[in-house]
Amino acid sequence: MEPLLTIQTPETVLFWFLAPLSVLAALGMLLVKKAVHSALLLAWVMVSLAIFYIAQGAVFLGIVQVVVYTGAVMMLFLFILMLVGVDSSDSLTETITGLRPIAITAAVGFGGLMVSLLGRATLGREPVGLEAANAAGNVQGIAALLFSKYVWPFEVISALLITAAVGAMVLAHHQRTTPRPTQREQSTNRFRTGSLAGAAGLPGPGVFARHNAVDVPALLPDGTPAPSSISATLKARGDVIDSAQFQLDNVDTTVVEEK
Amino acid sequence: MSLDNYLYLSAILFTIGAVGVVVRRNAIVVFMCIELMLNAANLSLVTFARINGTLDGQVIAFFTMVVAACEVVVGLAIIVTIYRSRRSASIDDASLLKR
Repeated sequence: MEPLLTIQTPETVLFWFLAPLSVLAALGMLLVKKAVHSALLLAWVMVSLAIFYIAQGAVFLGIVQVVVYTGAVMMLFLFILMLVGVDSSDSLTETITGLRPIAITAAVGFGGLMVSLLGRATLGREPVGLEAANAAGNVQGIAALLFSKYVWPFEVISALLITAAVGAMVLAHHQRTTPRPTQREQSTNRFRTGSLAGAAGLPGPGVFARHNAVDVPALLPDGTPAPSSISATLKARGDVIDSAQFQLDNVDTTVVEEK
Repeated sequence: MSLDNYLYLSAILFTIGAVGVVVRRNAIVVFMCIELMLNAANLSLVTFARINGTLDGQVIAFFTMVVAACEVVVGLAIIVTIYRSRRSASIDDASLLKR
């Protein structure tokens, strides 16, 4: 008997090319330090999954995957990353002792269980393939199911989506409990609190360093870099350039008194 | 190649996502790992749709995507709210119930 579904060679090649890459990207997501790099690796995994969907006859889902995930969701992730910035939670140090070995052991156990179960499981029939189901077009087929058999879940899901949108708006809404300080009050506070060092505002980056980029600290009159001239985010990311390399080394600093 | 390979890939990606949720401390990265787990589940749904020759699995994968979008919107709003009050996106810092 001829099998109902034969998998063509291009699909096999595609799978063995993309599957290891997506597993590597997913592993890299765990191992890289910066959250932005994790986001980019996740975007790669999602694009590979979209290609797998299209290869498996789920054309509509593949396009939706690209639009919704790599378009909207990843953009939202990157937006929040920019909003929240970089902090110490990016580091890979273990805070609960023994968590990592336990997690890896559990993962190897769980993954091994899943893979061995899949290897043993049998559906008792040959894979059918989607040629018959997609005969009138994939989008038309999904639409026919969505508006007949699954119309009630579809309505419930739309209610969920609206609830989530309202919930996000409620969570993001910020109500002031104290009146906003005026410019005059801010100016007064700068002179009243602490030292007078920041009273005239923080120094700008790059000043006296022969380089005016934002990641080069300003030089103080005695030649030391001023840490307050650099954004705390750049400092946390480790993206600060040492301003000593932009100093003139053969400057004659001796003051000659004019006669 | 058998269609089971897609299921194996899905299981592996799901496991990696689960480890990430446990191991990583940055709340945003934890969220990305949850997204990875949802995507892995979607891949198996699409593969099962192809094995069974019906489009039901694809419809359910579509529903999963909508639920994932809702989850991301609310979850990121919660992260921003926590960050606004505590100045930290670490999941270890949100431990007020413990103390």
